Amino acid sequence: MDILVIQILNSIFYACILFLIAAGLSLIYGVMRIVNLAHGSLYAFGAYVTAWTIGTFAAGAPIWVLFLLLPTGAVAVAALGALIEPTLLRPLYNRPEEYQLLITFALLLILEDAMHFLFGGVPLTAGAVIDSMGTMPVMSLRYPVYNLLVIFIGVAAAIFLWAFIYRTKFGVILRATSQNMKMASALGLDVKRVYVQAFALGCFMAGLGGAVVVPAQAAVLGMGIEALILAFIVVVIGGLGSLEGALIGALIVSIVRTAGIQFFPEIELAVLYLIAAVVLLVRPTGLFGRA
Amino acid sequence: MQDKAPRTGPSMRLILLCVVPVLVVLMALPRFVDIYQTQLLTYGLVFAIAALGFNLLLGYTGLLSFGHSAYFGLGAYSAAFMVRYLGVGSMELFILGGIIITGLVTAVFGYICVRHTRIFFSILALALSQVLWTLAYKFFWVTGGTDGLRVPFGSLTLLGGLVDFKGGGGYQIFIIYYYYYVLLLFSVATVLMWVIVHSPFGKALQAIRDNETRAQFLGIQIRRYRWLAFLISGSFTGLAGILWVPLNGLVTPDILYWPFSGEIVFMTVLGGFRSFTGPIVGAVVFNYLKTYAVASTEYWQMLLGIVLVMLVMVLPTGIVGTVARFYGKLTRRP
Repeated sequence: MDILVIQILNSIFYACILFLIAAGLSLIYGVMRIVNLAHGSLYAFGAYVTAWTIGTFAAGAPIWVLFLLLPTGAVAVAALGALIEPTLLRPLYNRPEEYQLLITFALLLILEDAMHFLFGGVPLTAGAVIDSMGTMPVMSLRYPVYNLLVIFIGVAAAIFLWAFIYRTKFGVILRATSQNMKMASALGLDVKRVYVQAFALGCFMAGLGGAVVVPAQAAVLGMGIEALILAFIVVVIGGLGSLEGALIGALIVSIVRTAGIQFFPEIELAVLYLIAAVVLLVRPTGLFGRA
Repeated sequence: MQDKAPRTGPSMRLILLCVVPVLVVLMALPRFVDIYQTQLLTYGLVFAIAALGFNLLLGYTGLLSFGHSAYFGLGAYSAAFMVRYLGVGSMELFILGGIIITGLVTAVFGYICVRHTRIFFSILALALSQVLWTLAYKFFWVTGGTDGLRVPFGSLTLLGGLVDFKGGGGYQIFIIYYYYYVLLLFSVATVLMWVIVHSPFGKALQAIRDNETRAQFLGIQIRRYRWLAFLISGSFTGLAGILWVPLNGLVTPDILYWPFSGEIVFMTVLGGFRSFTGPIVGAVVFNYLKTYAVASTEYWQMLLGIVLVMLVMVLPTGIVGTVARFYGKLTRRP
């Protein structure tokens, strides 16, 4: 029973991280119709930046300093995104989508080695954060307080993003551009700017995912490539371009994964891919996708 | 139906004029270059078969598969399994068994994938290929896990037992023989693919690529044609995987991991996916490029990434497309 509660908490923790990555991926696809193969690498980049800043500047610092430094990864990735969109993606909007997929694959190759170059081959951690917060009792066991904080951040990010897209003027502009780019442009919207903002926002989400995961898990090379595939499964199940879909998809994937590691470890990932394939067969646009 | 179709491609004589010298050079090459270069070229030709198969989908059917590592890996693992569990050493049996296994899996995967087009097709192909990756990764007592399975060249026989490598000479002799073996199969595969894309079936695929609705209007069963193209494409890539195993001596799950699919796409685009010879040129060049990048810098991925960015931005038609354009400009001059 106690184990079950811990496992449920773990899968919600994991779902929050996945949601952050997948929501960014979905947002970028929804607005710009680009499937960003480098999205996992951006997530890894966020993890590295946060781990590096905390490791370099905040050894033994008080807890509020650690919290101030935690979002650096997200901000750095957002800035990177704002740089990538006009230089690499913008020239390709009028070309077939194969080229857009290829350029993001090239970006993945470059980013993976850039991280190797900047942060070295050794894993980086920000364990100081998780240590400084301690644990709390959950039934008869103890659970890290930090993990609960991540769950809180994940839920807050979901609510914030939803409010942002459905309740603000920028959200209206974003949705208008997503539905009909040419019409939005004809009505006087600065589509270029919307694209930069949307891409940077998507990158910010990925970076935030990396930033909050790194106190609990070390940043290692290759973590992005693995994360991308899981994020793909999430958006395929939930529907590419849908925020609710990313949320539900992340929950499904992380619960199946947690159960899988417990009960059928050999085929845990294979089961996820098969779920994704079945969803695509039955509902090609995903559970929440629009045609 | 005897009336002549308008000529679109180059004439037969021109083709022979180009192919024969290339073939002669390829045949004579091991005499003039060292064993390492021969080995590199063998790898290049193996990848060329994979890219040739891949391009039937991308260039001729208009479907970008990000999951072709699956079929390459299936071929490779089939051969490795036959060595490990059946004690088979005959290359021909590898090819037979490997293509049957690859074909069966490709038929199933293709059946699922061709229900979608564009980006969804790419993602679905990718997701399915990763099922195989996790299986190879997790079922380590069957597949050897990350250690992989070894396929020593010493236990191999070519041409139904006519050639074996149990005697002296070792690896060098093997590479020379194997080079010619791969060259032969490469030629067969190229001719076969040429026939396929110039057959009515190939023309139908191109019609689907260019205008799906119109093709459907003409009575082409789009989904079935795409499925057949997928099947052929996967089988070619599977053949490449089979040929790759003895050369590499080892098969690990890396070959099933999706970045390798990306490499196959890279090769094809590097050569140019709008031309028949593009993937061949691209695969050989990519193999050299990657080998030298890996040898010269720790950050070879970044180098390849930058090359890919340049390619997409500046030379979207690839090497062959660009050369053809310059050639066209030169000959058009009065």
